[in-house]
Amino acid sequence: MNQYPIMKIKNLSVEYAKGKPAVKNINAEIMNHTVTAIIGPSGCGKSTLLRAMNRIHELYDNINVTGEILLDEENIFRKSPIIVRRKIGMVFQRPNPFPNMSIYENVLSGYTLNGIKLKKSTKNEIVQTNLESVGLWDEVKESLQKKGTFLSGGQQQRLCIARALALRPQVLLMDEPTSALDPIATKKIEELILQLKNRVTIVVVTHNMQQATRLADSSMFMYLGELIEYLPTYELFNNPKNKKTQDYISGNFS
Amino acid sequence: MNDKIYKYCLITAVGLILPVGVGIFLTLLWDAMPAFEKFGVIEFITSCDGNSVAEGEKYGALPYIVGTLATSFLALIISVPFSLAAALFSGEYYRGKRFAGIIDSAVAMLAGIPSIIYGLWGFAVLNPILVSMKLSETGYGILSASLLLAIMIIPYSASLTKEFIMMVPSELKEGAYSLGATRSDVIAKIVLPKCMPGIISTFILALGRALGETMAVTMVIGNTNFLPKSITDTGNTMASIIANRFGEADGLQMASLIAIALLLFVITFIVNLTGKFIVKKLKA
Repeated sequence: MNQYPIMKIKNLSVEYAKGKPAVKNINAEIMNHTVTAIIGPSGCGKSTLLRAMNRIHELYDNINVTGEILLDEENIFRKSPIIVRRKIGMVFQRPNPFPNMSIYENVLSGYTLNGIKLKKSTKNEIVQTNLESVGLWDEVKESLQKKGTFLSGGQQQRLCIARALALRPQVLLMDEPTSALDPIATKKIEELILQLKNRVTIVVVTHNMQQATRLADSSMFMYLGELIEYLPTYELFNNPKNKKTQDYISGNFS
Repeated sequence: MNDKIYKYCLITAVGLILPVGVGIFLTLLWDAMPAFEKFGVIEFITSCDGNSVAEGEKYGALPYIVGTLATSFLALIISVPFSLAAALFSGEYYRGKRFAGIIDSAVAMLAGIPSIIYGLWGFAVLNPILVSMKLSETGYGILSASLLLAIMIIPYSASLTKEFIMMVPSELKEGAYSLGATRSDVIAKIVLPKCMPGIISTFILALGRALGETMAVTMVIGNTNFLPKSITDTGNTMASIIANRFGEADGLQMASLIAIALLLFVITFIVNLTGKFIVKKLKA
């Protein structure tokens, strides 16, 4: 597959309070159809960086984002956040299916929330293909009208991935998507991430270094809001250039 | 040992509450019996007071039941948009901001005004306004009482609704925003459905307050004992007729007033039960 940088981050800083940046002057390029992991100790700004990529920070006052993020050479901060968020989907730490909606409605929620009307047959097709792509179809096809919250944690998380995929995003942001799940459910999500990179570029925040080595083509190591190193995952873990990276991956601090 | 004392204290307290509630109901029933025996329960509920000498001493609760239900439901309907707006403003749009604080204090201030002041304001200000708007001849009536009741219940429904709105987890809202939803979509399709059981129970609680509110209503409703035909007619609620008449009533008239009190008790009880039932259905 022809690889090119689908997302370019330029001089990105995020401040929660004036003069106290949580993310400092990040520059990075993310290649299409790859999995990129963001690793680093708690509070290093990895989630903050991820949440800048679909402009979720704008929901809160006092958070100040500066710099640029280009998606296909277009600055996402110059476009409507609604369009940006449809192109750049997000999966959260804790599965968050909408409790007032059935499984079926959850998959379609990206459309209904945006007030997009679809034909019944199109709806059925979207629900089936997206549940199939997350491996949930066979498990829930008999109970599509049940509430999404009745599913197990792992199933709920896959439902949330299906919900994000249904809008055909170019990029999927995942914020520690398995940290609330048991090992078996985690394994399923990881397998899914590897399958999905054929159709969507994935950026995943993880505090689990093994997970980064299993999933990611490239990894970013962040520390105190700075991007310390960004290398192919194998390089980062076997041949890190920076002392801080070495200390972190060898477990000297966490 | 401590546990035991604690448990006996609880049992004693509960053991006192229950008989008080049941006792009030039974004594009301006992004292209302003469009226029910004389007129029959159905006849009493579905007729008006006698207004001719030929009829003799005759009482019926229909105008007051209608007055109570009309003013309360009207007040509820009028209050819904305002309470929802106030709750959404301070609980979602301006959450944690100064403006939310201003709305909250305004709402709290409304809640703190004694009902006699509402009544006096209704008499001195609201009624003349209704007259000048040609909505009513004298100002007195169902409409005036409903507007006053609406203002009185807004603080309760607004502050409770706000609590429910603020309880919606931010993960759910972020989930919806991350799919490209706008703020109004998130509110209409995620936040409000999520707290609908809470909001409904809130409004039913507010309705319960409106049903029983006495002083302010008595001062503006006009205190007539015929059946109101429109919202601009004067009338009486069950609470206001009792407030009006209890001082000089005796015998059969007193029994009739107590019968009305008992009916109000039952209606409030049914409203609360219905509320609980709706909430249970919605939560499932």
